[in-house]
Amino acid sequence: MRKKQWGSGLLAVAGFLLYLLINEPQTAYGMHIMEGFLPVKWAVFWWVVFVPFFVLGLRSIRRITKERPEAKLMLGLAGAFTFVLSALKIPSVTGSSSHPTGTGFGAIVFGPLVMSVLGAIVLLFQALLLAHGGLTTLGANAMSMAVIGPFVAYGIYRAVMKANGSQKLAIFLAAALGDLATYVVTSLQLALAFPAASGGVMASFLKFAGIFAITQIPLAISEGLLTVLVWNWLQSYNRTELEEIQSLQKRGA
Amino acid sequence: MKKWTNWLLVTGVVLLAVIPLLLVKNSNFGGSDGAAEEAISEVAPNYKPWFAPLAEPPGSETESLLFAVQAALGAGVVGYGIGFYRGRSEQRKKGERDAA
Repeated sequence: MRKKQWGSGLLAVAGFLLYLLINEPQTAYGMHIMEGFLPVKWAVFWWVVFVPFFVLGLRSIRRITKERPEAKLMLGLAGAFTFVLSALKIPSVTGSSSHPTGTGFGAIVFGPLVMSVLGAIVLLFQALLLAHGGLTTLGANAMSMAVIGPFVAYGIYRAVMKANGSQKLAIFLAAALGDLATYVVTSLQLALAFPAASGGVMASFLKFAGIFAITQIPLAISEGLLTVLVWNWLQSYNRTELEEIQSLQKRGA
Repeated sequence: MKKWTNWLLVTGVVLLAVIPLLLVKNSNFGGSDGAAEEAISEVAPNYKPWFAPLAEPPGSETESLLFAVQAALGAGVVGYGIGFYRGRSEQRKKGERDAA
């Protein structure tokens, strides 16, 4: 029964892919860094940097599901949360739109490494089906959204909790700043690849940050609020499991 | 009390999305990625993308559909998970009440 459902799901995805392949291509807009928009050496560089995190992420997921098979649903939930949030293109004060990342939640529950896998899956979906982002730029986009963002989120959560702040505040700040960090890194990646003729990397960075990071500020706040919302729901129905999964990280992610 | 905070959170998210629409005039709220593309062509006018997406949605309507599919799939799983936990926790509470 379950196998059959998977089969039809895969068939639907394959059908979509075929349909899209047959259709005529048009100008690309990509969330994050667009396909082909990083020079080859930078594209390769970010892929090489990303792969070890992906491998560690797989190991972390394997360990978690082995120790606590029932955590699989929560793992799915963390992935799905990223899936929804990165589909929400929200208008921002700069007059353009962008989307949250949704990676802070999983990073807080499972530790940051898990998100390198879950985030990469979401990015792959968007690159293949939506032509948002790209395969050549996947390494760079995964580093910003699926690695550095979650690490920042996790670090901030831990720091605020240690300072005896409230847990809700810690979650809000972690999710919001992890989101913002993603777009700061994206700006930096573009600046490194395209330094300005006058002013170099720094001038370019300010230019790209003006586009990505400033647009992202209200969205980062939205992401913080939504993450606290989901946390509230889970805490009222599944507090023990949430705490048990979190305590797994303390024994080494 | 908890219900009340959750509604406040949702209201905050909605306001953050609606306020720009009211305040910023003369904008069609295109993606920030498009703006970045323009910025690249300013900084490096000679740069040509060296790789094209394997497949692209044929138009903005199909693109919206795919984004909706992505959001729906994700929301479905999140809803299923939270619903499952809720049902289980109510079952447990009921069990405890019956045992008492």
